[in-house]
Amino acid sequence: MFDALFAIIGLLALLVGLITLLALLADLAKEGAGRLSWQFFTSYPSRFASQAGILSAWVGTTLVMLVTAATAVPLGVAAGVYLEEYAPRNWLTALIEINIANLAGVPSIVYGLMALGLFVYQFRLGQSIVTAGLTLALLILPIVIVATRESIRSVPGSIREAAYALGATKWQTVKDHVLPYSTGGILTGVIIALSRAIGETAPLITIGALTFIAFLPGAPVKSEFPFVSFEWLMSPFTVMPIQMFNWVSRPQREFHLNAAAAGLVLMAMTLAMNGLAIYIRYRFRKRIKW
Amino acid sequence: MDQTDYVGAGDAARAAQELLSRRALRRLTERAIEALLFLSALSSVGITVGIVGILLYESFTFFEHVSIVEFLTDTQWTVLFANPHYGIMPLVTGTAVTSVVALLVAIPLGTIIAIYLSEYADRRVREAIKPVLELLSAVPTVVFGYFALLFVTPLLQKVLPNLSGFNMLSAGIVIGIMIVPYVSSLSEDAMKAVPVHIREGSYAMGATRLQTALRVIVPSAFSGIASAYVLGFSRAVGETMVVAIAAGQQPNLTLNPAEPAATITAYIVQVSLGDLPHGSIAYQSIFAAGLTLMFMTLAFNIAGYLLRKRYREIY
Repeated sequence: MFDALFAIIGLLALLVGLITLLALLADLAKEGAGRLSWQFFTSYPSRFASQAGILSAWVGTTLVMLVTAATAVPLGVAAGVYLEEYAPRNWLTALIEINIANLAGVPSIVYGLMALGLFVYQFRLGQSIVTAGLTLALLILPIVIVATRESIRSVPGSIREAAYALGATKWQTVKDHVLPYSTGGILTGVIIALSRAIGETAPLITIGALTFIAFLPGAPVKSEFPFVSFEWLMSPFTVMPIQMFNWVSRPQREFHLNAAAAGLVLMAMTLAMNGLAIYIRYRFRKRIKW
Repeated sequence: MDQTDYVGAGDAARAAQELLSRRALRRLTERAIEALLFLSALSSVGITVGIVGILLYESFTFFEHVSIVEFLTDTQWTVLFANPHYGIMPLVTGTAVTSVVALLVAIPLGTIIAIYLSEYADRRVREAIKPVLELLSAVPTVVFGYFALLFVTPLLQKVLPNLSGFNMLSAGIVIGIMIVPYVSSLSEDAMKAVPVHIREGSYAMGATRLQTALRVIVPSAFSGIASAYVLGFSRAVGETMVVAIAAGQQPNLTLNPAEPAATITAYIVQVSLGDLPHGSIAYQSIFAAGLTLMFMTLAFNIAGYLLRKRYREIY
């Protein structure tokens, strides 16, 4: 009797979560779908809601994510490999491990404050794409490290022993055997981490991202020598969630429609990345059988 | 014969030497790589040092201008006004009220979902539902802010007609739903970790599923469940965009969730949006606010640690 009742309560509790998710998506779609057009993706923000678009926002998001991935992935994977394959059992390793667990609980806005004090003013990187990318990289570093460690841990010890038996060094074993086998898990973790970084707003507002940007950063490719340019790294920027925040905080309803459309794009990006992560996990799990 | 022998020996010596130097080189690369990996791992400690260092450094200059007593006891936070008051209390109550509302939503929902998934649902249901539920925590917080301001608040206003457009109630509810996956998945893990024989023992005594769940599993897994709650609280306290959008920007010393009030995080966002000169007292005030935030989460984490230690069951 009570058992059946609780089963129903449990289902209801689950439904609250799922219905919220559905209501959120439906509301965004209802309000924002009408604003989604080619013009919306290729226009700068504007005083006139009907002419405003997300060009500078999605370009900014893409560039910031490039910096974030280029920093967090090598650093996080290297740290994960060290902790799992190399680290001796001593107080220093214990300190690093406790530290990583604690970093995961630090509010994201605090990373923004740190970046404001350190990157913007001490290192004089300014309120630029590189500052934003580094900030988000530090924010997702614990996620990448944890994903790497879990993935590496699931590689059986016999693989390592076989490599050592053939005379491989530790690094050769890691590079040629352990890492290739754990690529799937690491990739999944990295994508999940990046999908979190894409939606992060608070730390970027804290470092002083602008909300109104009507130009694009310098192109990374040039026609004259040396053909690549890193000027864009120091450019001011805005990103998708900040653009959306800017539109939500205006009183006019037309801007709220823009916010809903931007939210829809943001949700599509997040869901696509999560879907990709689930797919990759599934593919790799199927391919590797110990 | 002698000659060739001699050459052969020389070759062997040279080959041995080459092998030796190659081995030395190899050992050197191994060492270098290990050092590089170690530095990467150590960089995470650098982040903590950077966070604590910057917060303390900037707050220190702030507290040279503002006494700690005023900071903790003044009931007004009007840093940006002509006649500034520096009392953090209104921001702390704003943070506390939204977080408590959030926990009032997340703890019952999360715990019930965890019990349901761990003790009732069969494997297929669980595998299907969990990823969908986890999407809740993948939604960008700014989208949740939009939802709180333009969907939940109008909905609540139908029930409570006097509710203002910005209020802590809807922000808190939305944060609560947002952190349900954190609470439920950690609690479920803790319940799953309770050994099967304990569960079977309970069934053997004639207990029903619900009795087993509530009187055996939950108490046995309580230390894990408590850490799930603490994590949920840390998330709620640190949540920024939902409150910045939906709870209002005015510091307001009140415990009434129906009123608008700024939280610590919303204040930091508000100041950052304006263009404050580096080194001004308002600039430093956001670091003092951030330090307060860190202390709040730290206090709760320590409380959670003590709770875990007190209730830990060892099998």
